[in-house]
Amino acid sequence: MSKFRKKKKGMPAISTASLPDIVFMLLFFFMVTTVMRETELKIMKPKLPKATEVKKLERKSLVSYIYVGKVKGQGGDKIQLNDRIADVKDVKYFIFAERDTHPEDEIPLLTTSIKADINSNVGTITDIKEELRNVNALKINYSTLTGDVMDNIK
Amino acid sequence: MAKRDLPEINAGSMADIAFLLLIFFLVTTTMDVDTGISRKLPEKQDDVEPPILKEKNVFVVTVNRNNEILVEGDTFMTVDKLREEAVKFIDNGGGFGNPIDGAEPAECDWCEGAKDPESSDHPNKAIISLESDRGTSYGTYIAVQNELVGAYTILRNRLSEKLYGISYTQLLKDNKNRPSESMKEKIANIKAKYPQIISEAEPTK
Repeated sequence: MSKFRKKKKGMPAISTASLPDIVFMLLFFFMVTTVMRETELKIMKPKLPKATEVKKLERKSLVSYIYVGKVKGQGGDKIQLNDRIADVKDVKYFIFAERDTHPEDEIPLLTTSIKADINSNVGTITDIKEELRNVNALKINYSTLTGDVMDNIK
Repeated sequence: MAKRDLPEINAGSMADIAFLLLIFFLVTTTMDVDTGISRKLPEKQDDVEPPILKEKNVFVVTVNRNNEILVEGDTFMTVDKLREEAVKFIDNGGGFGNPIDGAEPAECDWCEGAKDPESSDHPNKAIISLESDRGTSYGTYIAVQNELVGAYTILRNRLSEKLYGISYTQLLKDNKNRPSESMKEKIANIKAKYPQIISEAEPTK
């Protein structure tokens, strides 16, 4: 027993010299994975509906976003493209601009994600869809959260 | 001269600085994955005569501006019943389907429905028509869409389970991780047996 005690006494303190290395490693991980938000929301943050049959959006570089929601103090649904509030008619120019930034062969793969507020009108969404059909941007995605659909109706 | 007694810089506070940055990035990072219901819009076509359909092959879902759901023009329904009804309709198999690959029109031998002659003939003839109003709320619209897509998922899962012992959802997942020809063939087969035909009418004003 006495031998044991002696050993314990001689235990050295754990070296913290490698702590900065560990922290740096974590730091680099987060620096690399962080995506800064590209567009600033001009409308109120849309409350997305919930759904169960969802698919993950792959290849984010191929996705362009259309936001639909309300603006504080104003009635009606507003559409935001890039950094400003726009009209339905501007959707086609937005799609053309998006297409310009991609090589020819990726154009059929481009997806438009509609991030619309749960209380928007279907009419607004239909207008957007009609514009998208006019310019042949047919792949769309209704952005939703995963959850019970009954929450949408309350 | 000065070089000689240059003191070493104390690196002890490096960890603190790194921590500070780490916490900043931890807080600003958002690891959200974008999910949603994917749909393909129909191509714009001019002057196309609408095909003649039998009324029994069309399942009409109407959502009005008060977010009430009317099925087949006569039954009010809540969203949670819709999936079940759509499954019943698609899976009915009461007659002969459209010919596949030039073969003779055949009955649906994988359907497990009631074979009611008053309901749809075949999954490849069964059309779900969704009519909405401009004033319908987007939440309800998505809920209805979700239930209709869900009905197809149920049927596809069931068939895939029966044929290959693995659910369709799992099949899609496996195909994404390790794509193979046999898997693609299975997916195409299931898709052909239960094709997703959801038609959206112009909304009423």
